[in-house]
Amino acid sequence: MTAARGKWLQLAVLAIVIAALPLIFPSGYYYRVGALIFVNALSVVGLVILIGLAGQISLGHAGFAGIGAYACALAPAHLGLHPGLALVLGAVVSGLLALLIGRPILRLKGYYLAVATLGFGILVSMVLTNERALTGGPDGMAVEDIGLRPLLRDLGWRISGGEFWYGISGIALLIGAWMALNLLDSPTGRAMRALHGSEVAASTVGIDVARQKLRAFVISAVYASVAGSLLALQNGFVTPDIAGFMHSIEMVTMAVLGGVGSVIGAVLGAAILTLLPQVLTVFAEYEQLVLGAVMIIVMIFMPQGLLPSIMRRIRGRGE
Amino acid sequence: MSLLEINGLGISFGGLKAVNDVSFSVKPGEIVSVIGPNGAGKTTLFNMISGIYLPGRGSVRLNGTDVTGIAPHKLAEMGLSRTFQNLQIFQEMSVLDNVLAGFHLQERGSVIADLLSLPGMRRRAANARDEAGKLLARVRLDREQGQKAGNLSYGALKRLEIARALALNPRILLLDEPAAGCNAVETEEIDRLIAELAASGIAILLVEHDMKLVMRISNHIVVLDHGEKIAEGDPATVSRDPQVIAAYLGREETEAADADG
Repeated sequence: MTAARGKWLQLAVLAIVIAALPLIFPSGYYYRVGALIFVNALSVVGLVILIGLAGQISLGHAGFAGIGAYACALAPAHLGLHPGLALVLGAVVSGLLALLIGRPILRLKGYYLAVATLGFGILVSMVLTNERALTGGPDGMAVEDIGLRPLLRDLGWRISGGEFWYGISGIALLIGAWMALNLLDSPTGRAMRALHGSEVAASTVGIDVARQKLRAFVISAVYASVAGSLLALQNGFVTPDIAGFMHSIEMVTMAVLGGVGSVIGAVLGAAILTLLPQVLTVFAEYEQLVLGAVMIIVMIFMPQGLLPSIMRRIRGRGE
Repeated sequence: MSLLEINGLGISFGGLKAVNDVSFSVKPGEIVSVIGPNGAGKTTLFNMISGIYLPGRGSVRLNGTDVTGIAPHKLAEMGLSRTFQNLQIFQEMSVLDNVLAGFHLQERGSVIADLLSLPGMRRRAANARDEAGKLLARVRLDREQGQKAGNLSYGALKRLEIARALALNPRILLLDEPAAGCNAVETEEIDRLIAELAASGIAILLVEHDMKLVMRISNHIVVLDHGEKIAEGDPATVSRDPQVIAAYLGREETEAADADG
């Protein structure tokens, strides 16, 4: 299977799933869950570029999600910017910030990089929590409606808020997945995979290792930022939790669970970890316990992540 | 004029002079071999020339420009390419992608074009793919191009690394033991390939333990022992040099050891 054909196949599967899922939704509530899955998946696709492709870790990417989310809350309230443009502003700020902090911290490797990025995430979440006058502190703040639904209504298209955000998030995920798959099979993607394999060899073939790592970091930061913005816009509310440590860990866990080298795996990981807590509520106070156990079992039996392990099993049977 | 000029190059690791005051030069189309017993400092010398180690003393000039301490990726842009003694292959990538990585300087472009799969990017990648195919045919790996590199045999990986180094279209190629671990037929192929490359005007700097290969193809030989240059000259001169014989065979021992070792 050529890379190009694989790309369109994966995108087609994703598009069909997004379009067909509502057919089996028992109630309107599930549009909200679906939209949440797509938004989570979008930020995890960004992490696949950083972790799976370039082999770098970040435990602070929720910080960028926080910047994206608060851009959509703050810019309309204080600058009078349209919430849609605030999303773009958030992405630009996140990208520039990633460029600025990525240069020094991407010199670090492994655990040291993990701790440095962790520090960044905590820093953002502390600023958002403590700047009460601006952000409302731990109580969070309201986010202005994007105002597209009334526009659609005027055009004679009446859809619920859930349906609207399901569609927007689904399209955003499709675009994000398309760009990630493009990158995977491009000169930049090859350079990132090469430095992941051997930094010394990559540099001797002319790859500027520091620059390529920085690119992966900035791209993944923009993904996280856009996902954070979409989350804030569809919830109509943000709290500093979006930039919190737990959210960063959740993002990395989704990526690793689904299979860190694969875009569709990222979507699968996001879907499972978004859905599981909803399903596991039947376990009441043991919910976290069961969630942890499921994750441990998957990692023991499928260390490559869900999707790569499943694909290998299917191919192995075919031969 | 010399393409590569090494002048008084040296480096110490914790007080040990791994390489000390080594000077020599390589002209275009010339094959220069660096030989010496294990631990003589040959690979360390290569690592300094290719920018992986920062030399403690001396200078490296490439085509007249001082490139001492310049990063490897910059040297690659200036036409210096190398292979490694202990293979540095991108194991998880396909054979074709390994060679395509060697075309990085040629196929790279704006990251936006890559994310959006713009026609310019696709054209650059397609050109590189064509040329990578030709290179793979040249080292007889064209049929394996879709395989994961990690699955290839040792000899095939050696050839793959040479193909990747050639993808840079280098003016000077540093080969660190290209024939190590290869059988007689593979060694002969590598021998022929090196001669062809030199004939096309590429300067070759070679570290090799196979003395028959070295003596046959080198124009000039530099002998290192304990990090110092103890002799240099054409193969005939070097092989008669008493210091070289002593370094390889030991001074007192009279055992008829095999200089091929």
